[in-house]
Amino acid sequence: MSIVIKKKTAHIASRDDLLVDGAALFISLLAMIIVLYPLIFVISASVSEPMEVVRGNVRLFPKGFTLEGYQRILEYQPIWRGYRNSIFYTLSKVVISLFATLSAAYALSRKNLRGRGFITFYFMLTMFISAGLIPTYLQVQRYGMLNTVWPIILMGTVSMHNLVVVRTYYTSSIPYELSEAAFIDGCSDIKLFLKIILPLAKPVIAVIALNVAVAEWNAYFTPMIYLNDSKLYPLQVHLRNILIMGQTQDFMGSDPEELADMVRLQQLRESMKYGLIIVSTIPLLVVYPFLQRFFAKGVMMGSIKG
Amino acid sequence: MKAGGIYWQKLGKDIRRDYQLYLLLIPAVLLIAFFHYAPMWGIQIAFRDFKPSLGILDSKWVGLKHFRRFLKSPNMLQLVGNTLTLSVLGVLIAFPLKIFLALVLNELRNPGYKKVVQTVTYAPYFISYTILIAIVNIMFDQNIGVLTHLFQALGANANDCLTSSKAFPWMYVCSGMWQQTGYGAIIFMAALAGVDVSLHEAAMIDGASRLQRIWHINLPGILPTITIMFILTMGNLMSVGHEKALLMQNALNLEASELVSTYVYKIGLQKTQYSLSTAVSLINSAVNVVIMLTTNWIVKKMGQVSAI
Repeated sequence: MSIVIKKKTAHIASRDDLLVDGAALFISLLAMIIVLYPLIFVISASVSEPMEVVRGNVRLFPKGFTLEGYQRILEYQPIWRGYRNSIFYTLSKVVISLFATLSAAYALSRKNLRGRGFITFYFMLTMFISAGLIPTYLQVQRYGMLNTVWPIILMGTVSMHNLVVVRTYYTSSIPYELSEAAFIDGCSDIKLFLKIILPLAKPVIAVIALNVAVAEWNAYFTPMIYLNDSKLYPLQVHLRNILIMGQTQDFMGSDPEELADMVRLQQLRESMKYGLIIVSTIPLLVVYPFLQRFFAKGVMMGSIKG
Repeated sequence: MKAGGIYWQKLGKDIRRDYQLYLLLIPAVLLIAFFHYAPMWGIQIAFRDFKPSLGILDSKWVGLKHFRRFLKSPNMLQLVGNTLTLSVLGVLIAFPLKIFLALVLNELRNPGYKKVVQTVTYAPYFISYTILIAIVNIMFDQNIGVLTHLFQALGANANDCLTSSKAFPWMYVCSGMWQQTGYGAIIFMAALAGVDVSLHEAAMIDGASRLQRIWHINLPGILPTITIMFILTMGNLMSVGHEKALLMQNALNLEASELVSTYVYKIGLQKTQYSLSTAVSLINSAVNVVIMLTTNWIVKKMGQVSAI
């Protein structure tokens, strides 16, 4: 009797198993198609004959083959200058963020620091209140930093969130006995920080660096409001002007020079649109699978707040 | 008096002993001082008729004039309504989808395939807003948009998705889902990995089906994570950013796409009504602080409960 029942449940379980397996497989495939289709379409459109694209004949695979769009992009100087600027802004911001965050988080991780509560509060308050767009803008203006690289690479380099992530890593993943032993041997705080803590903190350094880098590489708003000189624009501001603003009628200037610029941009836009998306996105998408574990780790670290 | 003296002596000694720690704090403290606290001096222009030529202190003090002007304007309700629509839609649709994706991924048996799905669905997170919106514009283009044609084939009119106020909240939330679902699922995946295996074994012996185990073991197992994430999402109810919305805005969908944050930017930097813009953003920050403090308080309360 009992054997019969066992057999029966086993049978039901396996049919049910197959159902869940099938559903999970189907849903995951669907999710991948939804994510990948727009990207594949853009790749195909970027190498298709422009006329085929405009007629709507490109659905999945390229129709005809031409690298004209990419040729145009190669010849379009502002994009490459933007690329260079973006690399420079991203690297600078990562370096400054790491420098300020790693060292401050070390000080905050030390229990014997006098005024630790107050200093933590000083950083924490920025999570809740900020001056807002206009007062910040006016202050940057007062510093004489409008239309310079400084607000781009200095603003937003220190955040309470990152400080907490790093500090938690120091206190939970690096045994305190290590520091104690070093102190007994007469090691100073800065030496300990540089020689012992930093080499052990590589995973969290990677997490912070990658997050800051992605955010900066993708940022358009801050550079857009603080920079006037198009020579200083990062890639994303160019992308916005070509890909987004080229489409809406919002910013038809009355200045004839600007208008001529617009017409030229409009023509360029159509031919470069798809290639531009690829050129600006592919580097990140190619590199990211290899760094994925750091990003995933970052999500975890961010969620275990002290 | 004497005790006070000892206190100061000890403080001085501690500071001298740990001076290197204070040195390490200097860069971060200065960056925050210059770019977070110093600008706060300018918040007072919300209470003045600020004219750049006069400077802050010489501009006329007008009290709550700008606050009243905004609170009385018909715009106000629309802006708040638009902002809330986006965040509430996000909570109702985008948030459950992240949990759903995590539950589905958790059922995939082949670890290699699972990894591939994760990598692919996570990828759009790295795409910038400018590129995201460019892709949306391509997909919904009136002539060649593949999704436009798809919706038409299904019998829906999708000609004006990019320029209609009705479609805007959906466009905003769905493009966000395309970009963020894979990323948002990670945290739930991690929680699922922590669900006790022995519970599943016990349930299997009792003859529970896989769906039953998902429903009765996995879902309750990650409930604490879901609750915390839900509360954190609610904390951002009124802080829908301007970056993405600005890129999606055009003259035709403005009725739905003008948010508090985009309004602050427009009247401030484009129309140079500095004082009004500052007042609006001050009101918004105040509301945000209240919401955030409330959610933080709830999270703390819950943390105590779950600790017991």
